[in-house]
Amino acid sequence: MKSNSSGSPDKNKVFDALENKGVSRRDFIKFCSAMAATLALPASFIPKIAEAVVAQKPYLVWLEFSDCAGDTESTLRATNPTIGDIVLDVFSLEYHETIMAPSGKNAEKSLQDVVTNHKGKYFAIVEGAIPMADNGIYCCVGGRSALDIAREVCGNAAATIAVGSCSSWGGIASAKPNPTGAVGVEKAVPGIPLVNLPGCPMNVENLTATIVHYLTFGSLPVLDNRKRPLFAHGKRIHDNCERRGHFDAGQFVQQWGDEGHRQGWCLYEMGCKGPEAFFNCPSVKYNEGTSWPIQGGHGCIACAADNNWDTMTPIYKRLPKVPGFGVESTADKVGVGLAAATAAGLVLHGIGRAISPKKKEE
Amino acid sequence: MANERIRVYAWEVPVRLTHWINFLSILTLSVTGYYIGDPFIHATSGRQYIMGWMRFIHFVAAYAFLMSIIIRLYWSVAGNTYASFRNWFPFSPKRLQAMRNDIKCYLLIGDKSKCHPGHTQLGGLTYLIMMIIFLFMIFSGFAMYSVSKSGAIWTILGGWLLNVMSLQTLRLWHHLLMYVIFSFAMVHVYISTFSDVKEKSGMMGSIFTGYKYVTHRDWD
Repeated sequence: MKSNSSGSPDKNKVFDALENKGVSRRDFIKFCSAMAATLALPASFIPKIAEAVVAQKPYLVWLEFSDCAGDTESTLRATNPTIGDIVLDVFSLEYHETIMAPSGKNAEKSLQDVVTNHKGKYFAIVEGAIPMADNGIYCCVGGRSALDIAREVCGNAAATIAVGSCSSWGGIASAKPNPTGAVGVEKAVPGIPLVNLPGCPMNVENLTATIVHYLTFGSLPVLDNRKRPLFAHGKRIHDNCERRGHFDAGQFVQQWGDEGHRQGWCLYEMGCKGPEAFFNCPSVKYNEGTSWPIQGGHGCIACAADNNWDTMTPIYKRLPKVPGFGVESTADKVGVGLAAATAAGLVLHGIGRAISPKKKEE
Repeated sequence: MANERIRVYAWEVPVRLTHWINFLSILTLSVTGYYIGDPFIHATSGRQYIMGWMRFIHFVAAYAFLMSIIIRLYWSVAGNTYASFRNWFPFSPKRLQAMRNDIKCYLLIGDKSKCHPGHTQLGGLTYLIMMIIFLFMIFSGFAMYSVSKSGAIWTILGGWLLNVMSLQTLRLWHHLLMYVIFSFAMVHVYISTFSDVKEKSGMMGSIFTGYKYVTHRDWD
């Protein structure tokens, strides 16, 4: 491949630098192509991305608060091991509780070093919700509350990336009754440059693409009004779903394991929240593009939606419960009850009218 | 003399026209809308397009309903006294008193109600509530429609509602209010028949012809 190269000397320098890092040119271009595709950029941007990624080595700190390390798991499964190497080699990940070697005071020192020495230049990645109740005592790391750490670390970062639904808007930690007062970064540390990458877990392709966008263009990707990148959350799952044809046809799974389920029909009647969810799962997928929930035969739960545990449940029903009518009440039961009560009222009225004494007509 | 009747032109053409467009579109919207929420017919082959057609018909009927509501709102300003929006706001002390009489009459405990050429006070209030429900149905419908569209027009037509309530909450109310409209329709037909028989005002015919027959006594 190398002898075939007709690129400029600059480009060759780029690839030489990568070879020194043990990354083949082919893998690197694959990575850059995937990034361009995720960001919906034309192929002509691939060289620009390649140069930007090689030329810079941004500092990253990864904070974990009220979380389950699911986004860390997602990140460790980055598209393929080679790309994982690129990510760890191209970015300088200075602090990450789950995978870092130092512990205790040494670990906290490396965080402080980044905040002090690279003020305004590093990226803060936040995983997990931030409990606000009782001065934030429900999540403490190294004796400091999550809120206190987030204010300092995110407040001094070039940009903060909230990964996962918990750090984006509180996630499961903030579901009713939310005893710890958990919120996302946006509410805990308002007014900072922020990107929300919700999802449970977020997709590491979108995290890498967000950072690569920053390196390539010097700015954060275009965000929607909830600070989510449009490239990842601008399209509805239902509109890009591989099972959409079955929806339009009227072919629905009606029971787990039925013929329709085996045939891969639409999961709409099983409570799939694809029509309510905005995410690029159908195109990017998870784990090296292997699969995603709907491809695996389970409906979408709208994991990336704000407050999904309260607004997108029950998971296996189309509509939410009617508030105040008990667990088993569906909208249709309440509606039919209302219509029946009206009909009964009218019948009673008719009977009442028939048996009531006739008023004297003039 | 007092019981002789005057022929009053109560419902002008736009009022009758929008009434029947509303009836037909609500009927269509209810059947297709229920199907969209709970698909009760299943395709026997992948070549069918049942949900596709149901949604298409739902959206076309929704546009017809929207146009009907726009015409009716325009006519509430441009039309005659019986079509006026003033009928929908019976909140003056005098009209509230009249409404109490209406309610007593409907509960079969009051005196014989006056035969009204237009709406009763209670009827006017009901149409205010129904108009609010109709507008909510329109905006929430466009809000759900907007999520797979791009462009400011969809945000203006309904997408703004998503800042007020979640998509699923909105879907639930869009569904529940259908039953409220059903209940309204039942009461509406019942009261119209009831009044038609009791007042002999030709009320049932009036929505076809526009004319009501009011006694001199009630007219004065």
